[in-house]
Amino acid sequence: MGDQTNDQTVLKITPLHALHLSLGAKMVPFAGYDMPVQYPLGVMKEHLHTRTAAGLFDVSHMGQVIVKAKSGEYADAALALEKLVPVDILALKEGRQRYGFFTDANGGILDDLMITNRGDHLLVVVNAACKDQDVAHMKANLAGCDVELLEDRALIALQGPRAQAVLAELWAGVSAMKFMDVREVPLHDVPCIVSRSGYSGEDGFEISVPADKAEEIAKALLEHPDCEAIGLGARDSLRLEAGLCLYGNDIDTTTSPIEASLEWALQKARKTGGDREGGFPGAERILAELANGTSRRRVGLKPEGKAPVRSHAKLYADAEGKTEIGEVTSGTFGPSVEGPVAMGYLPTAQSTPGTQVYAEVRGKYLPMTVAALPFITPTYKR
Amino acid sequence: MLKFTAEHEWLKLEGDVATVGITQHAADQLGDLVFVELPEVGAELVKDGNAATVESVKAASDVYSPLDGEVVEINQAIVDDPSLVNSDPQAAAWFFKLKLKNVSDVDGLMDEAAYKDLIG
Repeated sequence: MGDQTNDQTVLKITPLHALHLSLGAKMVPFAGYDMPVQYPLGVMKEHLHTRTAAGLFDVSHMGQVIVKAKSGEYADAALALEKLVPVDILALKEGRQRYGFFTDANGGILDDLMITNRGDHLLVVVNAACKDQDVAHMKANLAGCDVELLEDRALIALQGPRAQAVLAELWAGVSAMKFMDVREVPLHDVPCIVSRSGYSGEDGFEISVPADKAEEIAKALLEHPDCEAIGLGARDSLRLEAGLCLYGNDIDTTTSPIEASLEWALQKARKTGGDREGGFPGAERILAELANGTSRRRVGLKPEGKAPVRSHAKLYADAEGKTEIGEVTSGTFGPSVEGPVAMGYLPTAQSTPGTQVYAEVRGKYLPMTVAALPFITPTYKR
Repeated sequence: MLKFTAEHEWLKLEGDVATVGITQHAADQLGDLVFVELPEVGAELVKDGNAATVESVKAASDVYSPLDGEVVEINQAIVDDPSLVNSDPQAAAWFFKLKLKNVSDVDGLMDEAAYKDLIG
């Protein structure tokens, strides 16, 4: 057996760190934080529990950022943010959330994020590894806006078909929320911001909690017999089965949103001929790719055998490894699919579901089939 | 009596054939295994060379050969059901049987007490 290396740098902790330790979590360094990769239940059972009941995830390492126009007007903040993302923020209704990404001048992706209209301001949730850079990017480029990274809040994701029932124990009004709705509600008399969203492919919620009350709320949710603490290991296999991108793996500055098959996140207003066409970094390339297509695309990949095909595995057109055509960007075993699943980039001509390609794994060329994403049927409450 | 390596393999000698597997400690560290790739019968293995691959949901890990020898049998049961390695790593979930080149090499491996000291 090979020894695993340990990261000796000083890691940050989240407000739920003590709770993870008390629950017996195995902790690992992740984006500068000491985070639970799994609990005694194990990655496989944690994954399946989330798909059949409810899983509680600590995602407090992610950045929660308030963007408020100095004028106090939502529209001013929305129009400022639209200069950095190809998403319609102006028409986002109060109490609604939307997925988006920061693009760079070359049309690459700087980070992906969730954006909420909170009435007189925007609440933006960004990835842990990118948050310092994202805050600097917004501070430098959002004219007339104050940008504040919230350091005193935790973020708890509650995911799975029983998530509503679990949350209903603390707040009966939850059943009225639809996918991507956001409400400010008291849970145990603690003011929380609840969104009906997540990153597992299941119905669920993300709950922003004041840091000093995070453990109390997490424990209250975990008291429900259907709710288990779930680690980052299962979070990764859940999001991959759901066909969702992990920043740094599936998307980064070398991938455009259209190459990444994320064109669904661009609304009409920002596209060619829309009311506020373009006006975001890399718009020329991104709008041209929307019109004319791209030379490569992000696709789902289903290995035919039992061996997981991991990120960075090279993809070939032939079983002899003569013609390299792409690379796997995420790959693991999908417990709900009961087999290996992967995503990667392929030439557009070879990106149609059903196309056979080969991945190099330990010197062998394993057959894989291009598959439609997601690998599971999402249960979002639309 | 079981012998152990610092790379978390165990070895049980019968005549000049050693049954080889990974330790309980290793199985616990790896977490849920989902894939096992074993050497072929007849393969000549060298001490500390790659012998097998195990994959958990998270990552792939190499299993090394504890000594020099020839693979004379493999355990298909763990290929068919990798979770056996998590449930019974030091008995039913053996990996392969190795006909040792030099039986006396076994003396250089750790006994159980020394291995327990190693893993703390």
